[in-house]
Amino acid sequence: MIEPNRKGEVWVFAEQEDGSLNEVSLELCGKARELADRLDVSVGAVLPGAGIGHLADQLIAHGADNVYVADHEQLGHYQTGPYAEVLCQLIERRCPQIVVFGATPLGRDLAPRVASQMRAGLTADCTDLEIADVTDPKTKTEHKNLLLQIRPAFGGNIIATIVNYDWWPQMATVREGVMAMQPADPSRGGKIFEEEVRLDGAQAALKLVERHVEPRKVNLKGARVIVAGGGGVGTKENFRLLYDLAGAIGGAVGASRAAVDSGLIGKEHQVGQTGTTVRPALYIAVGISGAIQHRAGMEESAKIVAINTDPDAPIFSVAHYGIVGDFRQIIPIMIKAIKERAKE
Amino acid sequence: MAYDSIVLIKQVPDTANVTAEAMKEDGTVNRGALPAIFNPEDLHALEAALEVKERFGGTVTAVTMGPPKAGDVLRDCLFRGADRAILLTDRRAAGSDTLATSYILSQAVKTIGRYDFVFAGRQAIDGDTAQVGPQCAEKLGIPQITYLEKVVRLEGDTVRIRRNIGHGWEVVEAKLPVLATVVETANVPRPKAARRLMRTKHARATVEIELAVRNEMPDADDATRQAEVKRRAEALRQRGLLIEQWGLDEIGADPTRCGLAGSPTKVHRIQAIVLKKEGHSQVPATEEGVRGMIYELVVDRTLG
Repeated sequence: MIEPNRKGEVWVFAEQEDGSLNEVSLELCGKARELADRLDVSVGAVLPGAGIGHLADQLIAHGADNVYVADHEQLGHYQTGPYAEVLCQLIERRCPQIVVFGATPLGRDLAPRVASQMRAGLTADCTDLEIADVTDPKTKTEHKNLLLQIRPAFGGNIIATIVNYDWWPQMATVREGVMAMQPADPSRGGKIFEEEVRLDGAQAALKLVERHVEPRKVNLKGARVIVAGGGGVGTKENFRLLYDLAGAIGGAVGASRAAVDSGLIGKEHQVGQTGTTVRPALYIAVGISGAIQHRAGMEESAKIVAINTDPDAPIFSVAHYGIVGDFRQIIPIMIKAIKERAKE
Repeated sequence: MAYDSIVLIKQVPDTANVTAEAMKEDGTVNRGALPAIFNPEDLHALEAALEVKERFGGTVTAVTMGPPKAGDVLRDCLFRGADRAILLTDRRAAGSDTLATSYILSQAVKTIGRYDFVFAGRQAIDGDTAQVGPQCAEKLGIPQITYLEKVVRLEGDTVRIRRNIGHGWEVVEAKLPVLATVVETANVPRPKAARRLMRTKHARATVEIELAVRNEMPDADDATRQAEVKRRAEALRQRGLLIEQWGLDEIGADPTRCGLAGSPTKVHRIQAIVLKKEGHSQVPATEEGVRGMIYELVVDRTLG
């Protein structure tokens, strides 16, 4: 573990595969930006790989101030040992106060190895992160500006908020798709550091024999809450409202085929017969008319909220709560009400 | 060539049926209030170990950390084909987070000594963290192979394993020993074997014998009870039915790295969510209407 370093940066592990960044890393840059602004520190992104330096600009555009590039031939294909070694070396060198990873299969493989080696705390599968002062109920010591690591636990039956007083860095993996990706700002400035890493080959204990990958999918199946948008959402900009709502609840963003076909959002978000079939605890359908193909993919949800301007939209036939109205007015009210509830 | 496997298993509360009453004030779980089951993915880890034993020979040792009641899952392992069962139980281990748990388990593995494989379920259904396997591997200083779907080849000291990487799969090769975490698509766990069940159903750990003696002899003094525990334990040992029981001292664990003291993560707050279905309603598109709906979703625990 490292000593609590309250000037330390907020770090994002930049996950890339075959030279392209995983979306969750860009989502996390935005969240890290928010946390870092609250703490008045910088956002760092750690980017290990081979020949991946060109990805640094994307991380900066999405919120990173500093990108630490560890370019090494042994880092070409992900392997736990060398990647963990790189993370540990850089954490020791630069003492960040927070390190977050996407809760992808790769992130969930890497983060615990790093945490164990650093003897630091790690919380898995967070759906939200906040900064707050926390008083240790045992010692009555007040800890300023800790990372609140919020996650469902116990099979989704409870929401737990986890903190780590002093076994730093504070580490967490964060579910894919729950943090809103901030729009890229190519004018943002940032620094890129080429980091020396010592890898002697001993860490690379595995030999990759064969590999077969398919295009990535957003993890809609694992989401407890899905906020899905349809053609009625209209624009990409409007979709940001859905991300905000999903962020407030700790949910993922889904979409109908109409929204995907009109280019509002990627196909990996599609719910329905030709997309992913989901059954979350809560499904919020926004501007979705509710064609049978879509309903087939979501009507098993425990609770369904439908928002649509058309009172005759078929989606209302499967909804537990139907709201006839404009989502651009309704969603902000929902977010406000949820945030107020959360404070109680 | 024969291979020795250690399987890390966990008894977990059946999270399909959790109520807020099962939570203690401090945010930890009152496991006693819930039905306890064999963690599902750990059954697949056990099966992976048994398959290696069947094909190549060797031994399977099941290890669990938990309260005395966790003896149940060890017996289950014996019924299915494990050769040896070890119960790690120590009050000082209570409240361990994943880091402390992996430290304790790794100390137990080191105490066992010789092994080629450590198998564990990918994750346990009470925490869903998937952290203990990799953390154990780090503490043992051996490679981890997460999300095992298949042992593709095993020859000499080299194993090839196919792992599920979410959006595909890869086959990796490693020198033994390795720690592998197993996913549920890896295999179909065998049922308990009737013959083994008959032979080992009376297997007990010392702490279980102590509980039984206390129940059966409530009026006896401590010395009498202790003598009875010793007698029963010895009788079981002679029949090969005494489940080994280790505390922190037996595995050389530093108590400051165990339990709450050795756990960096602290539960700050717990909110309960219980789902239930009900009727349909039309919500007015007003601030009041929307707030009412959110209120209902909070009250019925759909929203945390």
